Amino acid sequence: MAVYKRSYKAYQGELTREWSRWTIIPRYGLRGAFRSKFMTAFLVASFFFPLLCLCAIYLRYNFSLLEKINLFGVQRLEIGGAFYWWFVKIQSFFTFLLATFLGPPLISKDLSNNALPLYFCRPFSRVEYIFGKFSVIAGVLSFITWVPGLILFLVQSALAESGWMRANLWIAWSLFAGSCVWIVILALLALALSAWVRWRVAAGALMLGVFFLGAGFAQAINTVLRTDRGYYFDIGSMAGRVWSGLFGTEPQIAMTQLDAWIGLAAVAVVCVLLLDRKVRAFEVVK
Amino acid sequence: MSAVIELENLGVRFGTRDILRNLTCSLQGRTIGLLGPNGAGKSTLINTLLGFYPPCAGTARVFGFDIRTQMRQIRTLVGYMPENDSFISDMTAVAFVRLMAELSGLPSEAALERAHESLFYVGLGEARYRKLGTYSQGMKQLAKLAQAIAHGPKLLILDEPTNALDPPARQRMIRLIKEMRDSLAMHLVVCSHLLKDVEDSCEEVVILRNGELVNYSNLEEERRSNRRFLEMEAVGANEEFVEAIESLGCECAMTGDRRIKIVLADSIEVRDIYRLAAEREIQIRRLSYRRDSLEDIFLKAMDSVPVVKPEPRPEVVSGRL
Repeated sequence: MAVYKRSYKAYQGELTREWSRWTIIPRYGLRGAFRSKFMTAFLVASFFFPLLCLCAIYLRYNFSLLEKINLFGVQRLEIGGAFYWWFVKIQSFFTFLLATFLGPPLISKDLSNNALPLYFCRPFSRVEYIFGKFSVIAGVLSFITWVPGLILFLVQSALAESGWMRANLWIAWSLFAGSCVWIVILALLALALSAWVRWRVAAGALMLGVFFLGAGFAQAINTVLRTDRGYYFDIGSMAGRVWSGLFGTEPQIAMTQLDAWIGLAAVAVVCVLLLDRKVRAFEVVK
Repeated sequence: MSAVIELENLGVRFGTRDILRNLTCSLQGRTIGLLGPNGAGKSTLINTLLGFYPPCAGTARVFGFDIRTQMRQIRTLVGYMPENDSFISDMTAVAFVRLMAELSGLPSEAALERAHESLFYVGLGEARYRKLGTYSQGMKQLAKLAQAIAHGPKLLILDEPTNALDPPARQRMIRLIKEMRDSLAMHLVVCSHLLKDVEDSCEEVVILRNGELVNYSNLEEERRSNRRFLEMEAVGANEEFVEAIESLGCECAMTGDRRIKIVLADSIEVRDIYRLAAEREIQIRRLSYRRDSLEDIFLKAMDSVPVVKPEPRPEVVSGRL
């Protein structure tokens, strides 16, 4: 470094626009997350099922190829709401695991290193911080849910008879809305647990616990109290009920769609409140 | 000169407990020391100026921007070095400082350049690609300083900058503070309970006790005024000698057999006193300037009553309460 630069000089250059600064967080967040080879490998593995679906759609409309490989079963494959419902359902499992790996270190790392005062002493708000962290998870999960889902939808539209796309636009909407609901819930939950449990391993374990123990608890309540209200503790089942409503498939739990939406909204609100309480420069102990 | 920090009946309350009460002052110095015993409210005042704690009463202004309504503008102008360890341990120093500079609004490339410059400036140039988690305590302090100056703030707030530093590292930190002060590029607020650090680096001192402002001192003015105050021990000193000194326009009092206290008039120098003594064959055995150290000021402040709502004194040059 040049000697003349070793004395202190104030920065005189231009500043970036304020609205764009939240994008710094996902840029650094994604760089940090995909430094892990496991994470990269898992993301690649998450594309396996969309690729399989793509092949199925292609084969469905290519009879000559079906004849050659003697795979006429695919011809009977009905590509409609149920097909995409399965797609969302299976991808939701991958998104859940990915959020479990990706989410916990995002805020816990800053909290355990007491770095939040350094973020918030700058022209950078708590909302921008949380939105930036949220977008790290939401971006990656979108990449394996509604983005490939809509690509499948477009491929199907291109291969199917004319008018199919217009008649089935609701599927595209359902794909997008259903995936977004799941992504929002997973991202908020992962961030809230990351903020409350500063140890990333514990936060990851808690994330698994919320879903699996929550499902078990819901079943126990339903069985013991002979009610269906226990499903309010089962986030996965509530999301499944929302997807059933969106894709027009048979619901798997005895819960109205409105109740499922309300349940998921309540989970989201609780997560936001937890984040609001924890993501502060300094915690005031009263 | 316009005020850097203005406090106007500022109060902060946590629950039912008042942490800061009725703080009113206007600070204009290049380097402002914030002193007080542990729990006096120094860090709370800093955190309130940064918008981390909401005021329950009054307000404060930093470069004229109100902390209640213009916090974003204030944060654009401020650099902050917190008291406790604050960093991201699995990041390299250069990546960390770059991230912080980008969050302050620097474009990515400029932030990288400034990160390198700042780390070289604080003396971490050779260690800038090491992860912060592997740094020693002194290096972490310097890394915190680097992130605070990377974006070129107009006001740098240093909360206990010499905490946990060994003597050489402390000297280095004080030297950096003085260099930044002398660069005239920024104002500094140094919060510390170590009087020597503040005395070495600050021009103005605000002393807090139990959340109240108990003293404001302009150290430069104190040092100047102390140079006019003499304590003398002279063999053969008598009333006639005292009167002769008074006839020069000085204030003078004999406190003991040989001891005389003198406040020199503006036009009088010490050699005039020597001349008078020589004319009267009086032997001056000892002559010293009064040196009211910061420790004296601090101890006096600890015994004094809080300064409440001082009357405005526009004739005073800088920063008086």
